[in-house]
Amino acid sequence: MSEKNNSHSPERRRFLGSTAVLAGVGVTSGISLVELAQAKPDDQAVNNSIRWGMLIDANKCGTDCSACVDACSEEQGWGVSQHGGSPEQDPGWIRKVHLRDKQTGKETSLPMLCQHCETAPCVDVCPTGASFKREDGIVLVDRHTCIGCRYCMMACPYNARSFVHEAITDQKPHMPRGKGCVESCTFCVHRIDKDQSPACVEACHKDGHQAMTFGDLNNPESPIAKQLKSQSSTQIRSDLRLNQGVRYQGV
Amino acid sequence: MKKTVYSVIQGNSPAYMALLALLGFFVLAAMGSSYYMEHHGHVVTGMHNKVVWGIPHVFAIFLIIAASGALNVASIGTVFNKTDYKPLGRLSALLAIALLAGGLLVLVLDLGRIDRLLVTVTHANFKSIFAWNIYLYTVFFGLVAVYIWFMMERKMQPYYRAAGIAAFIWRLILTTGTGSIFGFLVARQAYDAAIMAPMFIIMSFSFGLAIFILVLSASYNWTKRPLGDAVFLRLKNLLGVFISAVLYFSIVFHLANLYATEHHDVEHFILVSGGAITAIFWFGHILLGSLIPLFLLYHPHTKDNRSMSNLAALLVIIGGICQVYVILISGQAFPLELFPGMEVLSSSFYDGQITSYSPSLPEITLGLGGIAMSLAIVAVGVKVLNFLPSTLADQSKS
Repeated sequence: MSEKNNSHSPERRRFLGSTAVLAGVGVTSGISLVELAQAKPDDQAVNNSIRWGMLIDANKCGTDCSACVDACSEEQGWGVSQHGGSPEQDPGWIRKVHLRDKQTGKETSLPMLCQHCETAPCVDVCPTGASFKREDGIVLVDRHTCIGCRYCMMACPYNARSFVHEAITDQKPHMPRGKGCVESCTFCVHRIDKDQSPACVEACHKDGHQAMTFGDLNNPESPIAKQLKSQSSTQIRSDLRLNQGVRYQGV
Repeated sequence: MKKTVYSVIQGNSPAYMALLALLGFFVLAAMGSSYYMEHHGHVVTGMHNKVVWGIPHVFAIFLIIAASGALNVASIGTVFNKTDYKPLGRLSALLAIALLAGGLLVLVLDLGRIDRLLVTVTHANFKSIFAWNIYLYTVFFGLVAVYIWFMMERKMQPYYRAAGIAAFIWRLILTTGTGSIFGFLVARQAYDAAIMAPMFIIMSFSFGLAIFILVLSASYNWTKRPLGDAVFLRLKNLLGVFISAVLYFSIVFHLANLYATEHHDVEHFILVSGGAITAIFWFGHILLGSLIPLFLLYHPHTKDNRSMSNLAALLVIIGGICQVYVILISGQAFPLELFPGMEVLSSSFYDGQITSYSPSLPEITLGLGGIAMSLAIVAVGVKVLNFLPSTLADQSKS
């Protein structure tokens, strides 16, 4: 009884409280230090020792779940048209597709996004080089040199790109979007450069589906590389031999 | 053979001024449309994320391929030494430049960021066929301008055949480049065909000549200059050959697609189930643009009637625009085949669905403005420089 009373004494409570705070600060700063140690300094160029990729397990993807799409829209600031355009004019950086095998009737649900091809047709056809591939495999659009010709949209085998059809308000500071330019999934490059996962992957994990794995394809020790080595996976339209960064399972 | 005398048109009649005013109105309307689209964004057009190239590109591509074809008349005279065609060389070259300028005007005014046009020069990606085309067009302008200069300048006569050959070779490269814009889009079921580039060349022969015939007829009718049967019949018969060749290529293109099972769906869409696309293919391209003109040019009752031949040329132009429309829009409206053997039950970005396209007024106005610009350049050109022979009357009569 005295022990119980003792454990609730104000002094002991204060001690435990301050210890917990100190421990919390210590752990958090430790994590931050690890993150910073892995993150690329802003003045350092990316290099091809890393190739970012994504593995999507369609078996785990929820049919009615759109967490990845919602998270992407929230993170990057795209959504429905603000000026009453047709629905086909709305941007779509990532989308959910629900499929049924014509032979077996098996239904599959999966997210489609820019596949971050190694030999990206959009990069090949862009007249100004605004469509480009970073050394670490991320395919991006340079908003300063895109002239809005949309040839990349004609060339993309995945319909992964959108054209900004109207003036944009409420843009995210990390993702400037401009009327008259083409845009698509960036693999959340602003987050990756800070050692965070893309928003869609984070949302998928938070929702408990664990259908999306993101990581370095070049690092044999990364979870994605290990999964790709041990389990079979496919690339959408592998006949085009584009060596995509995004791979699928269960399709 | 008599020496050809060239002279400018007077160009001070009310009709000429009215023509310029009309063409100017269309050009200004196109500028206004472009400003409207630039100001509001492409949200005001019928184009969207599936059909990303619409009516402006139909007109632009039509004019660009017609431009290289319009030069053919000059090439036949210069490169292949057919003397009957030589007097027509200057007008042919002027029309080529004018059509290319009109086409490029439309293409440029439709860009999402017109203000960044110069970026294409400062940041060229030479792996892009689009970037090649920018240089193909620029050099074409230069070569044809030199060709015109050599044709007009007596001192340069010794070199004018060389200039003509260079322009001729370049026009073949140019149209191959334009055709390749589509031929290299491997992901699209409707475009992925090597026949696309040669088909564009033969289309250019036909469209360019049809426009040339109409411009020639109008110029000589309105200025009351004699235009003999020898010249006209030759051009008319050539047009018949070109129409047949385009029809042949079109048939081979679709038959080749029908042979490959993977293309059956897209062919069914174009030829049978595509609604407006199917109608435009059969009525626009095949009937109006090919069969009726062939009938008008070859049937005993109409073949010697110039009005009927001019009507045939006009129909070839309309049919040509229809043909480019079908090629361009069908390839985009038809869904990409991402998951072979799978049926798309739902998609938040229109996978597996045929999407529709309804051109808006600003887009159509922009396209028509390109044609008006081309014709305005010709109309002004023949007034300021000696492009037109004073007479094209038959030799035997003169």
